[in-house]
Amino acid sequence: MNPYIANTPQDVRLMLSAIGSQSIDELFVDIQPRHAPRSFDLPAGLSEYEVIRKLNTLSLKNMVGPIPFIGGGYYDHYVPAACQALISRGEFYTAYTPYQPECAQGTLQALFEFQSSICTLTGMDVSNASLYEGGTALYEAMMMAIRITGRYKVIIDSGVSPIYRKILKSYTHSLNIQFIETGVIHGQADRAAILALVDDKTAAVILQNPNFFGAVDDHSDISEKVHACGALVISSVYPISLGLLKTPAEMGVDIVIAEGQSLGLALNFGGPYLGILAARKKYIRQMPGRIVGETVDAQGRRCFVNTLQAREQHIRREKATSNVCTNVALCATQAAIFMALVGKEGLKDLAQLNLDKAEFLKEQLSAIKGVEVKCSSPTFNEFTVCLSKNADSVIEVMMKKGFAAGFPLGRYYKGMDNYLLIAVTEKRTKEELLAYSKAIQEVVAL
Amino acid sequence: MKLIFEQSMPGRRGFKLPVSDVPVKFSLSSKYLRASAPALPEVSELDVVRHFTRLSQRNFSVDANFYPLGSCTMKYNPKFTEKAAGMAGFSDLHPLLPQLKGGEKYVQGALEVVYECERWLCEITGMKAYTMQPLAGAHGELTGIMLMAAYHKSKGNTKKKFVIIPDSAHGTNPASAAVAGYSIISVPSDKRGVMDLEKLKAVLTDEVAGLMMTCPDTHGVFNPQIDEIARLIHSVDGIMYYDGANLNAILGRARPGDLGFDVVHLNLHKTFATPHGGGGPGAGPVGVTSKLEQFLPVSRVIRRADGVFALNYDYPDSIGYIASFYGAFGVILRAYAYMLILGCEGLKQTADHAVLNANYLLHKLKPYYQVAFDRVCMHECLFSAAKQADSGVHAIDIAKFLIDRNIHPPTVYFPLTVKEAIMVEPTETESRDTLDAFVLVMAEAAALAKTSPELFKTFPAGMPVSRPDEVKAAREMNVNFFDRH
Repeated sequence: MNPYIANTPQDVRLMLSAIGSQSIDELFVDIQPRHAPRSFDLPAGLSEYEVIRKLNTLSLKNMVGPIPFIGGGYYDHYVPAACQALISRGEFYTAYTPYQPECAQGTLQALFEFQSSICTLTGMDVSNASLYEGGTALYEAMMMAIRITGRYKVIIDSGVSPIYRKILKSYTHSLNIQFIETGVIHGQADRAAILALVDDKTAAVILQNPNFFGAVDDHSDISEKVHACGALVISSVYPISLGLLKTPAEMGVDIVIAEGQSLGLALNFGGPYLGILAARKKYIRQMPGRIVGETVDAQGRRCFVNTLQAREQHIRREKATSNVCTNVALCATQAAIFMALVGKEGLKDLAQLNLDKAEFLKEQLSAIKGVEVKCSSPTFNEFTVCLSKNADSVIEVMMKKGFAAGFPLGRYYKGMDNYLLIAVTEKRTKEELLAYSKAIQEVVAL
Repeated sequence: MKLIFEQSMPGRRGFKLPVSDVPVKFSLSSKYLRASAPALPEVSELDVVRHFTRLSQRNFSVDANFYPLGSCTMKYNPKFTEKAAGMAGFSDLHPLLPQLKGGEKYVQGALEVVYECERWLCEITGMKAYTMQPLAGAHGELTGIMLMAAYHKSKGNTKKKFVIIPDSAHGTNPASAAVAGYSIISVPSDKRGVMDLEKLKAVLTDEVAGLMMTCPDTHGVFNPQIDEIARLIHSVDGIMYYDGANLNAILGRARPGDLGFDVVHLNLHKTFATPHGGGGPGAGPVGVTSKLEQFLPVSRVIRRADGVFALNYDYPDSIGYIASFYGAFGVILRAYAYMLILGCEGLKQTADHAVLNANYLLHKLKPYYQVAFDRVCMHECLFSAAKQADSGVHAIDIAKFLIDRNIHPPTVYFPLTVKEAIMVEPTETESRDTLDAFVLVMAEAAALAKTSPELFKTFPAGMPVSRPDEVKAAREMNVNFFDRH
């Protein structure tokens, strides 16, 4: 018997007798012989130790040794131990969606604090309680803009994550949505191209700050003109950068989305991650996903509930704002804990540290022949360099020297085979940055 | 309880950052900077730890409470899977590494986990191939419906407009089909709790793109005519969609693929014991028969002839990217660990005891509550509080009574087909003692409903908060602390 089943043979006898059945097989009477599995050829179970040993062997086949300089929207930030310790409490991670608020105040209040922290971080009025991850959050934001405006044309800047753009294309493929991508000029959104396209059919313009190349921008001027056409501005942001950078609210953005991995979540080979979606209050009824609201109980005590549920699938079924049910409450709780630990001044300092370390590496690289740091725009903790040789080959050799050197932009952008996207977080030491510079100098000189 | 923001004291820090070791203090132009710092709390690490520890204590959880939430499969989450998920070789792995040229060599272990998990799920459900990318059940549904649409499109069939869904279905089914652009036809259940075959025949036309079904369904019933339904749907070239929410009941007893289903989504956080996390993260992998394989999302994990695992993007008929990466890897890893420890026999025992426990409760509770369908059930048993409601005690009141007894209430008011529904899913991991204790409490509730129905409005009385004013919450929309501070 496996350790997760408590019934003993004696229990089984007693229970079958209470039911009035001779055997467990009898309970499966509706599954008739013709429904029997044609095959169920699976290995025998292992012991706990054997599984751990097997998985440990597999984990060691992955390379986590090289010093990471890869970002692309997913960053190697330090996760404070208290963050993991708290979400490892069974009371958080073995609970489910707070359908019964009286016995789920822990999750509900944590999510309310998450929503509030996201609001102060982005400057927006309202946040939902999370979506799956950044890319699918952007899809939800786009659909939200389409519902709000009743329009079906969407303009997206190529500086938005190419991964996100691919997701949007798959989801809208069978829907009647006009989807236009605009180019990037000097690493920034092509304002002229965007503004030439915006019209009274446009639902939204989608931007990203910092963009995929690492460039920091102020999109206020774009927002103003987009709003004049009655369209919305959606912006994808990097939460840690908001310790310093102008908020999307200050730039006139209507709906903000983010990948929240940087807020205390491990890289985890792509998930689970954290989709963030925040907006102006007037759009709250068109928001997808769970929203936690404050109220009082029968005795007037403050408490929290899932609210505005009339938007959701379990009430509205095919008329819901989205099909989202389960989101990532635990990841949102983790982010809420991270934001509380880092705090107001800490986030600013953390952002500054990321910026300074990246600028230091930029300085070092600028001096290297064969490495051109693209500096037409300011950057935060990630920047683009143009190498004198193919980025893939440089990465390959750098890996042998112990560095995951960055992400090759040619993977997603035509004509950028020599371009490398380099991310620097607070975890990189001066020694590592100097060693990286030295290594890349040697590699481009080869 | 105070909010973390209300404990804030200027100057407090909860986390020590490294001192900068680079001789740079860079200033961006003010045009790129925010006007003021975000109003995150200023608290010590102990403040944070005590706050969130106390918050956690205001939750019911599987670790501490019986949690018979119907259709959610709140089984025990084995602790060793957390240990596996915490291995640095997995948790520190950057998702873009395999996208470097030849980069798969850096992530062989992770790709093997995904690949092997797919192989297990194929054999368990009788499918040809899986995508592990969908990030929750509803996300899997949407993916599955997109595959359905791609299939019809590839055949040039533009007539397909409708998806048939039984009235007992989860709300996500119609929502997912609608998001993908289909109109919904709802088919009622008959007196035995299964889809009414005659009503199905009446709506079946060549405009039907497919049918979405949970099997066993949310009535806790396995439809013995499932093969006939599949035959009917296939006769109009429709796609049979299996909502795997209730797969736990039939592990090793039946496979969706053998029953005639073409596409399946599974909830790893249900059947495969990964933690529910207070509402996610989950995972909703999607399996297909060979009919739909060419349309699966990219990337796909393949094993090359030389035994090396790789990501393949080269599928011209693919529906494309449906998520940023390769799925909720941490969740997939836990589910894989769970399958490895259970093995073939353990999986079969899981279904056997899930069904035994549910039938035991069905019989033990029958004297006190009206049963929705008086027949053998699968993994969950469905009652109605209609009898109690006559004296003013509704399903929600019984739920609140249970909370005072430290039991998480069953699912109430769902499925929508049963008045005052109480849907109980004990799962296989609960002992007979726990079930007996639950029966006693439910019997007490039924007795109290007869003698003192008025008392129920005061329940729960022993929790940190009593019933919230939901109307006030919806009217005032206080969803952000800083809206008023």
